Parts: sequence; C-alpha cells; structure tokens
Amino acid sequence: MKRVVITGAGTINALGHNVADTLEAMREGRCGIGPLEIKDVDRLAIQIGGQVRGFETEGLFNRQQMALYDRFTQFTLVAARQAVAQSGLTFSGEMAARSGVVLGTSGGGMQTLDENYRSVYEDGKNRVHPFVVPKLMNNAAASHVSMEFNLKGPSFTVATACASSNHAMSQAFQMVRCGMAPAMVTGGSESMLCFGGVKAWEGLRVMSKDACRPFSANRNGMVQGEGAGVFVFEEYEHARARGAEILAEVVGFAMSSDASDIVMPSKQGAARAIAGALNDAGINRGDVGYINAHGTGTAANDKTECAAVADVFGPHADNLMISSTKSMHGHLIGGTGAVELLACIMALRDGVIAPTIGYDEADPECALDVVPNEARDAKVEVVLSNAFAFGGLNAVLALKRV
Amino acid sequence: MSIKDKVIAIIAEQAVLEPSDVTMDSTLEDLGIDSLGLVESIFAIEEAFDISVPFNANDPSESDFDISSVSSIIAGIEKLVAEQA
Repeated sequence: MKRVVITGAGTINALGHNVADTLEAMREGRCGIGPLEIKDVDRLAIQIGGQVRGFETEGLFNRQQMALYDRFTQFTLVAARQAVAQSGLTFSGEMAARSGVVLGTSGGGMQTLDENYRSVYEDGKNRVHPFVVPKLMNNAAASHVSMEFNLKGPSFTVATACASSNHAMSQAFQMVRCGMAPAMVTGGSESMLCFGGVKAWEGLRVMSKDACRPFSANRNGMVQGEGAGVFVFEEYEHARARGAEILAEVVGFAMSSDASDIVMPSKQGAARAIAGALNDAGINRGDVGYINAHGTGTAANDKTECAAVADVFGPHADNLMISSTKSMHGHLIGGTGAVELLACIMALRDGVIAPTIGYDEADPECALDVVPNEARDAKVEVVLSNAFAFGGLNAVLALKRV
Repeated sequence: MSIKDKVIAIIAEQAVLEPSDVTMDSTLEDLGIDSLGLVESIFAIEEAFDISVPFNANDPSESDFDISSVSSIIAGIEKLVAEQA
C-alpha cells in the first residue's frame, strides 16, 4: 500500500476566493453568511446564505466556456486551477493516462435547471439552449477538469448529498493508495443558492432564518453555502521525488450506511464511520487532536454527532477539539467536506484550530470542546473530517501531519 | 436587416469572425464551427426568426435542412420564414 499526501489545495467559498483568504477568515472567526442576493428572494422564507460574492468570470473563461459552464463548474475550475498550480504537477504521457478526477456534488447544475425551468414553465418558452444538458449534468465539473488538465485516468462524480465530497475524496485516496493512480484531483462543489434550490430546502423546515450556530443550545437550523474545494492527492514517494511541498497526509477513511432513515441521523452509523477511519489508518484514539465536525446546526445532527464522538473516543472525547466551520461558510452540501478539509490542513500545518462561531449557550447534549467563537493555537498530529449525509450515508477521513 | 445579413451575423458571432469574413460559399467547417457550435447557431437562428429548423444532430445529412454552406443555410432559412408568413 502506498502513502497518500496532499500536494495542492484550492477553493472558492463565502469566506474567500482562495485558500489563503479562506484560512485567514477561519482564523479570525469571520462569518461569510449574509443576506442572499438572488432572483425572487422576497418569495423565500429563508433569505440568508453563505454566498460567493464578487465572483467575476471575465478573464477566467472564454465565451464558449461560459456557454458550457454552470456556476458549480466555474467554482470547480477556479479551485482546481489553484490546486494543480500549487502541486506543480503537469499531466502528460503515462502520468496523464493514469491520473483522474473524482468530485462530489449533490445538485450539479442547479442554476441551469432553475433558469431553464423558469424559462419553460414561468415564461412559457418552448425552446431551450442546446447546452442545457451538458451544463446541468452532475459530472460536468469533473469532465471539464479532466479536459483542462489532461486527466485521462479514472474520473467520475459522486453524489451522496452532504457527504459527496468526503466520499469522492475517499475514492481518490483509495485509488492512489492501492497504486492505481499516481495522483488524483479530488474534492467537490455546489451551487444551490438559487430560488428553486433554497425553496426546496425550506420545505424541510430545518433551515435557520438568522444564523448557523452549531452545538449551541439556541441553534435553530442549517444555512446553505456555495463554492468548491479541490485538492491534489499524490503518492508520497512520487511527491518526495520531485520535491513537492506536502500539505498533509491522508491516512485513512471509512464509509458506512445507517440503513435506517432518509433524513434522521444515526449515532451508530456515524460512530461506525469514525471508528472505521481510525482502524483503517491504524491510529490510536488518543492521538486524535481535532475533528472537523459535520456540525450542521440542526438539533438532530449536532447531538447525534456528539454522542457518536463520545461513544468512539470514551474519556478522550473530553480532550479533543471538535468544531464546525459551517458556522462561517455555511453548508456547501455536496462541496462541504472539501472546503472543511482546509480547516483540517490548517490544524495540522499551522497549529490553528478553526472555531465554531455563533456559539452562545452550552447544550448538555453537545458537551464537547467545540472551540467556541475564537480560533485556538494547538499542536495536533491527527485530525478527522466528518460528513454524515441525508439518506444515512457517512464518510470520515483521517489526516496526519507530515 | 435582411434574413441573409442576420444569419451571417449569427454565424460570424459563433465563429468569432467579422461578418465580412463569412462568405456565401464558406462551409461551417471552414469557419471553425464544430458540432456544438452548429447546434448553438441553429438555436440562435430559431430564436432570431421564431422558426423551428428541422435539423437532426444525430444525422445532419438526413435532415430536411441543408447545412453544407452558408448560402444553403440562408436559402433554407428564407424558405422557412416564407412558409411561416
């Protein structure tokens, strides 16, 4: 089995248009959630979100590309360009033939769907642009990344709702670890902040109208975000041989399925994924210093997640730190695990633990160290990133300092 | 603007050329318009003239619409617009 390291990272999200700005915002505990600026927002009950602001596509994409790229694809390409540039890798010959791209998304081209449904249903038009299908398909972003960087190996898109990115990165990790690919571009993206996207979430009545306050007793729901996180996972010896800068090592993962309910989370399912990732990585529970929580800010998730962590770690649960950065960038649904992996890398590399902001009031059902409101300096060796999706599909990644 | 000039303007925009560079005997291939560019051009033409162009991307040669050159496209559009009137 090969060792797998991260040699490139990129992002665009409500906190910043690149990794440096995003990590700075996380260190400062800045909130990227604000009033939504979208069409027909006055008809929405939920009017806040972690929206990407000031995103100019001029100069990033040519006219033909703009005609073909939904916003989720644009986000993906922006993040992928940063990640591949940082890695310093170029893909040609055998390297290109074996390297691929696995990305997560839940909704795919939701903006394209929304605009064109509006056009045919609301405006009564009978003709749509010929690129509707290639724009909205869930694999569009992965395909455009493959084309831009000449990635000709295993490439596909994973859709497991809120765990999509973690499942995608787990797949990429597995491919590099088993020697199938020397490098994989992986992560995920989402762009659901359109009228139909927010309206659909409203229906579930789990959305907050004012803020995302994970683990706080007065939490009142989740807040949607948008954006992308993309990484280059590379075989360790390959990275070392070319003198690449290593951001962190991916040491294990596990996936589990609750097999119980389409929306309610299960403590057992979450605990099996957390314990499974530790076992896969061969890590002692006591070595884990930080967990980037799924931490959605809903009543159900946060108490179930804390109970699962307490079950897996026993007394050590009181020693480790667990925070939810969704309080700052919102819930990026299929892209969320990818953006949250940045907080894991910051913890390992910079010794800075991103806070859970908006934390007002202790909840006895979430009695862990949630790093409330302010970032903390702490040296950690091993971190976990949790993702527990609707449908009961869980994926947890374990990372280590190199 | 005549039908001819309007069609040429649409094709020129798709090919990122000046309308003066689009000659009547040019083929779409000459102008660098690929299969996606072709369906996008036909969409733009349909929108501009509010007509339905009987073009089948699965097998363009079987379509009841000749796309072999700029002049054949213009002739086809003129016929469709006349039929609609």
